[in-house]
Parts: sequence; structure tokens; C-alpha cells
Amino acid sequence: MSDWVGVALFLVVGLVFGAGGLLTSFLIHPRSKNKYKLETYECGLPTEGPSWIRFKTQYFTYALMFVIFDVEVIYLYPWAVSFENLGFAGLVKMFIFIFILVLGLWYAWKEGALEWK
Amino acid sequence: MDNVYSLLAFVLLAGMILGSALLVVTLRNLVHSVLWLIVMFIGVAGTFLLLNADFVAAVQVLVYAGAVCIMLVFGVMLVQRPNMEHSNPINWRFKLAAPLVGGLFIVIGLLTAKSQLVVSGQEVPAQTVQALAPILLNDFVIPFEVAAILLTVALTGALLLVKEVKANGNGS
Repeated sequence: MSDWVGVALFLVVGLVFGAGGLLTSFLIHPRSKNKYKLETYECGLPTEGPSWIRFKTQYFTYALMFVIFDVEVIYLYPWAVSFENLGFAGLVKMFIFIFILVLGLWYAWKEGALEWK
Repeated sequence: MDNVYSLLAFVLLAGMILGSALLVVTLRNLVHSVLWLIVMFIGVAGTFLLLNADFVAAVQVLVYAGAVCIMLVFGVMLVQRPNMEHSNPINWRFKLAAPLVGGLFIVIGLLTAKSQLVVSGQEVPAQTVQALAPILLNDFVIPFEVAAILLTVALTGALLLVKEVKANGNGS
């Protein structure tokens, strides 16, 4: 529990640090208002169309694979923390685990899910 | 709650969870709702930390704040409505919802107050992750490998469902 006091302190200092910079800037920065300030790219081309567009469906395949390997990380985490106590058997078991998952990745690769067109 | 700091942290986290959960259901833009959902999940992770469950807290941040919200953001962005400003409409059916939710809250509260909470006499383990690894890799190694098979099946199944990928992949 007391370990997390440091985390809380870090959070508070981080918040004060970030908010302090923004607040000081807000208090002392010069103000000039014109319509170019509101453009997306201040000195670039004028933007066209709405910014909320429909995204390419293929992003979703990447999201799916990310979720699978994110769940894999949960299993890797306790293994990595006590890696030294588990010995060679632990290494072999984890390699079997990863091998089974790599089969899934291989299938995804074969199906062209990783190709971007 | 063993001391005033834990109580303070709990109150702050509870406020954070409730506030962001309220914003999730009331904000009009679904993407903003998802972003507040991430704040809510991180608050829940904080309460897990208060309960000395650091592994569950890490999983909460990794899977819920990371993966689940990424899935939601992608889902929202792929099935776009013409106007994102009204993608999360609110309905104010208070008359139906308030007695239902209030009744449920009272029932849960009564049952919690009545129930005999079993308190383990053992010391709370300071490090849950280190204790978890031998259980996972020695005692339950077969279910552990089966979990890998399950993940692979989920991956292949999900890819089969988005089968159009192959047509795209071969440059049609």
C-alpha cells in the first residue's frame, strides 16, 4: 500500500506541473484574435469536408489482433516478474504458449490480414 | 480502510469513477463517451490498487483501458453516423429507470448488509504477481496452454468473420 503513495505523489506533482504551465501561459501570453487562429492548419491549405469521417474497415483487423496479443501480455506479465524462480521449465512452457499464439498470427498473415491495401 | 489516506484515496477514486461514468451516459458524442470510459476504467484500477490487488489493476489498465476501449473506438469510427454530435442520444425515462435502479440498489444494499462476510485470517499478500506465476505455470499449466489455444481460436474466428480481408489482401 505504501508503495502507491509514491504513485499518488507523482500524479499530484505531474498534475500541478502540467496545470501550472498552462495557467502561467494563460495569465501572461499576448492575445490576438483573428479567424486564422481558428483554422486547423494555421498557415496550411484550407481543410475540406467534415473531420469526422468513416475509417477504413481494415483498421478493425489490427484492433482484433491487438486485443488478442494484449490478452497474451497478461500471461506474460506474472511469468516475466518471477522469471528467475521458474527456471528452464517455465521458459519452455511460455515458449509453447507463445508458439500456439504465433500459429494464430501465421494464419492471419496467410489470410492477408496484415497486408495494407 | 486502514487509515485516513486510504479513505481519501477511495473517496477521490469513487468520485472519479462515478463522475466519468455519468459523463459516459450523458455526453452526446459517442467518441467522447469512450474516452471517459477509459478514465472510469483507470479509476477502477485505482480501487484495485487500494485493495492490494496489483495484478488485477494491471490487467484492468491493460485490457479494459487499453484493448476494450480501442475496440470500442474502432467500432464507433467504423460504423459512423452522419453527425457525430448526436451519436449517443439520451433518453430521460426517469420514471421507469429510477424505481428500477433504486430498487436494485436497495436490494443489493440490504443483501450486502445482511450477508456474513468471511474474512480470511491470513495476511494480505504484498506481492500478488510473484505468487501468481508458480500457480499459473506449475499447478495449472494445462489450462494455461489451453488459454493460448482459446486465444488462437478467438483470433482465427474473428479473422474468419472479417473474411473480406482476403479479397482486399489479394489486391482486388
